[in-house]
Amino acid sequence: MAYSNKVIDHYENPRNVGSLDKSDERVGTGLVGAPACGDVMKLQIKVGDDGVIQEAVFKTFGCGSAIASSSLATEMIKGKSLDEAMQIKNTTIVEELNLPPVKIHCSVLAEDAIKAAIADYRKKRDGKQDPAPAGDEARAKSEATSEA
Amino acid sequence: MKLPIFMDNHSTTRVDPRVLEAMLPYFTEQYGNAASRNHAFGWEAEAAVDRAREQIASLIGGAGKEIVFTSGATESDNLAIKGAAWFNRKRGQHIVTVATEHKAVLDTCKRLERDGWSVTYLQPAGDGLVTPEQVAGAVGPETTVVSVMLANNEIGVVQPIEEIGAAVKAKNPKVVFHCDAVQGVGKIPFDVEKARVDLASLSAHKMYGPKGIGALWVRRKPRVRIDPIIDGGGHERGMRSGTLPVPLIVGFGAACEIAAREMADEAVRVRRLRDRLLSGIQSRLDQVYVNGSLERRLPGNLNISFAFVEGESLLMALKDVAVSSGSACTSASLEPSYVLRALGIGEELAHTSIRFGIGRFNTEEEIDYVVDLVARSVQRLRELSPLWEMHQEGIDVSQIEWTNAH
Repeated sequence: MAYSNKVIDHYENPRNVGSLDKSDERVGTGLVGAPACGDVMKLQIKVGDDGVIQEAVFKTFGCGSAIASSSLATEMIKGKSLDEAMQIKNTTIVEELNLPPVKIHCSVLAEDAIKAAIADYRKKRDGKQDPAPAGDEARAKSEATSEA
Repeated sequence: MKLPIFMDNHSTTRVDPRVLEAMLPYFTEQYGNAASRNHAFGWEAEAAVDRAREQIASLIGGAGKEIVFTSGATESDNLAIKGAAWFNRKRGQHIVTVATEHKAVLDTCKRLERDGWSVTYLQPAGDGLVTPEQVAGAVGPETTVVSVMLANNEIGVVQPIEEIGAAVKAKNPKVVFHCDAVQGVGKIPFDVEKARVDLASLSAHKMYGPKGIGALWVRRKPRVRIDPIIDGGGHERGMRSGTLPVPLIVGFGAACEIAAREMADEAVRVRRLRDRLLSGIQSRLDQVYVNGSLERRLPGNLNISFAFVEGESLLMALKDVAVSSGSACTSASLEPSYVLRALGIGEELAHTSIRFGIGRFNTEEEIDYVVDLVARSVQRLRELSPLWEMHQEGIDVSQIEWTNAH
């Protein structure tokens, strides 16, 4: 199978490879896939006081397209609010990387990994609202709720 | 050293220059139809074909007249199993084969199951081998065909075919014993008399001959009969109609003659390269596992799992080296190699397997290049692997309950 140049670029120069401290309250960890299926993605986010994803890192066991999808996913969510990051769809990854039909599951897994990391972060905060992004409306909201 | 390096000699092989040279006149000068009985062009072609039959048959201890030319091993397997099953259908409709056979055998058996046959698929042990007792134990009075391969195309393990043949014939002498010998012939000794086979599938392009030509060896004493699957002009004693591709047949014959002469020395040399590859990899990486018996194996085969590194991503790093992977990511099915799974190898390790096929034209320099590239690539990909990270932290990855099922 021929890979698109973008897949090859992310595979050869993966962005944001690494791990964050799982026990840190500001860190959310998503671990999706299974070794038996040939794909495991670990995606972690670190959320700032302003509710913006400051850092996003990944490690992936999987084919080149899976590595590229998760690498791209970390790039896409960095600097976004959690709600914005939740809106990211796998189809955007498919288009960006030019994934063929048999590799679409890689992009689905990357979307799952983002959602799982955010869910983990939110669970850690135990139902507390997300820190608010620094927009006008958001600021008003953040004044209404006390920051953790 | 020239890149890319071809180390996928189970998929196909380069045509030996001596083979090509033997073939060339049969395209441009001696282009007759071997079935033309009334002129010199036809006689010349027929003589060349008959010479090739002898060259091929003598490599496996048979007679030239027992060779039936086909388009390749897939057709040979189909002709052997369907042909013998249909011819003997009134005696019984049971077939015995092994779960790790080539798809050309397994899918042929599945077709026959749909047509009313019952098939026993034997499970090999963890080393990939079946025992003669196991095969004979599955043979009953209704069994008409037993099909066991000589050497496996993925893991290279060599079945004890002579002992299997003896055990099968002792249990039921009427059974037609077929052997898909494609990967073994020309690499290791194989003798149709010693193995007591009735039908043997062969292919030219796995042994430095051209693609598009294969053969089914069909025993004459005692005569084994099969129904043809291709009807027509009655070529090949009615078993396979169609004009013979004379240049390909000449090449097949030349390849067999070279193999007969050079096989013993070549096996030593290729095995040394294989061992150099394995020890080089083992000296630089831990958590690598050889799939299948290392002792009973083709000299040029190495199938290894690099734990925690997915096979296709490793292939991507080895872009200058032609090898193949048992990982499923290359196929739409998402299922890893059925051969590795039949050995009881977990799916997570099956996804990390790479098959190296070393052959006549590989060099020591190439092996050293591959060792270095594999070691560096596996190290890099392990740094990227969450499973490797867990392993380093002492977490047993196999004990984790993974949520997603594919």
